[in-house]
Amino acid sequence: MSAQTMPTQQAVSDKVIEVEILRYRPEQDEKPFPQLFEVPYSPDMSILEALQYIKDHLDSTVSFRWSCRMAICGSCGLMVNNVPKLGCKAFLRDYYPQKIKLEALANFPIERDLVVDMGDFIKKLEEIKPYIIPATDDKCLSEGTYKQTPEQMEKYKQYSMCINCGLCYAACPQYGLDSKFTGPAALALLARYNRDSRDAGSAERMKIVNQEEGVWSCTFVGYCSVVCPKGVDPAAAIQLLKVESSKDYLIGMFKPD
Amino acid sequence: MNAQQTTTNQLPEKKYIRSHEPIFWGLFGAGGMLTAFLTPVMVLVTGLLIPLGLIDAEHLSYEKLHQFVSSWYGAPIVLVLVALPLWHTLHRIFHSLHDLGIKRGRDWQQVICYGFAFAVSVFVFTLLLQMLSL
Ligand code: SF4
Ligand code: FES
Repeated sequence: MSAQTMPTQQAVSDKVIEVEILRYRPEQDEKPFPQLFEVPYSPDMSILEALQYIKDHLDSTVSFRWSCRMAICGSCGLMVNNVPKLGCKAFLRDYYPQKIKLEALANFPIERDLVVDMGDFIKKLEEIKPYIIPATDDKCLSEGTYKQTPEQMEKYKQYSMCINCGLCYAACPQYGLDSKFTGPAALALLARYNRDSRDAGSAERMKIVNQEEGVWSCTFVGYCSVVCPKGVDPAAAIQLLKVESSKDYLIGMFKPD
Repeated sequence: MNAQQTTTNQLPEKKYIRSHEPIFWGLFGAGGMLTAFLTPVMVLVTGLLIPLGLIDAEHLSYEKLHQFVSSWYGAPIVLVLVALPLWHTLHRIFHSLHDLGIKRGRDWQQVICYGFAFAVSVFVFTLLLQMLSL
């Protein structure tokens, strides 16, 4: 299909943009190295589309992840000129005529080319008990659903918009220094459940929050919230959790459990 | 069936260790707040208003200040004004050492940083106590 559409596209514009990709194929490369490609430029082309052009026409061995192409699945995260971005939400027009430098997401081990190993991030997400923990003396299923007012939903809605893209982990200098830190998205998700009126698991999750590698590894740099493509504002979630953790600390001093 | 049962088994509960950071974060926050609000005022008063003669320098004369510092209400105010920004500063220095990648002797860094803030706070406290004239 692309072979048919290409000539017309090229006729529209003969401008090209340089795209440099940091390649790494563990079975043959000793270490990552940059490779330069020239891609026909058009202002409405996303970086993901540029990568697809490269894979279809220039070098089929380039590896990268993507799925939805509309900032929903969170799989196309990468470093664009050293800034964490979604490939499908960043456009060539914002860089042209400058060269674009693409690298795998920072702070994660490279699996291949632009594909990273997200294992640690997924583990962090699982560790914070990301599900509603109902009160034990809870009502029976037959008693119907849990109702929530718009105000109650507003308390956590923003923190539930995360698409697990990992951009905030690539942005976080503290995670980069010490990956034991639970990290922005996982803590925002934790806040999302702790702030939900249907949940009764706060006490369990506060144990995670209260640790050094919980909220207390954060020094409020705030870059996570800058790069987040969904406006989750994980930095704010962590600051709120710090206040909660401090309250918890004071209470713990008077009645240790 | 068996395999499924093992995967759905509950993970053993992790051991969580509570951090004492809330104390230092609290002092850091309070100190930061004070500094942010007071530094501009101090600069304005001592650096602009007094040199320009808009405030009479007599108001901040040694005698006046000494009297204020040795009063029952002045002493605690001065203690707070000195101690909190100090805790703020040393907390920031302690974390900056980590940011600079100085991993060695974190516990000693902690003892020296917060120890210094504590020692100076105690020193100022005793000094003010001696000056106190009730
Ligand atoms: S908080 Fe934002 S940047 Fe972080 S994983 Fe979620 S959507 Fe991505
Ligand atoms: S491809 Fe799904 S978020 Fe970019």
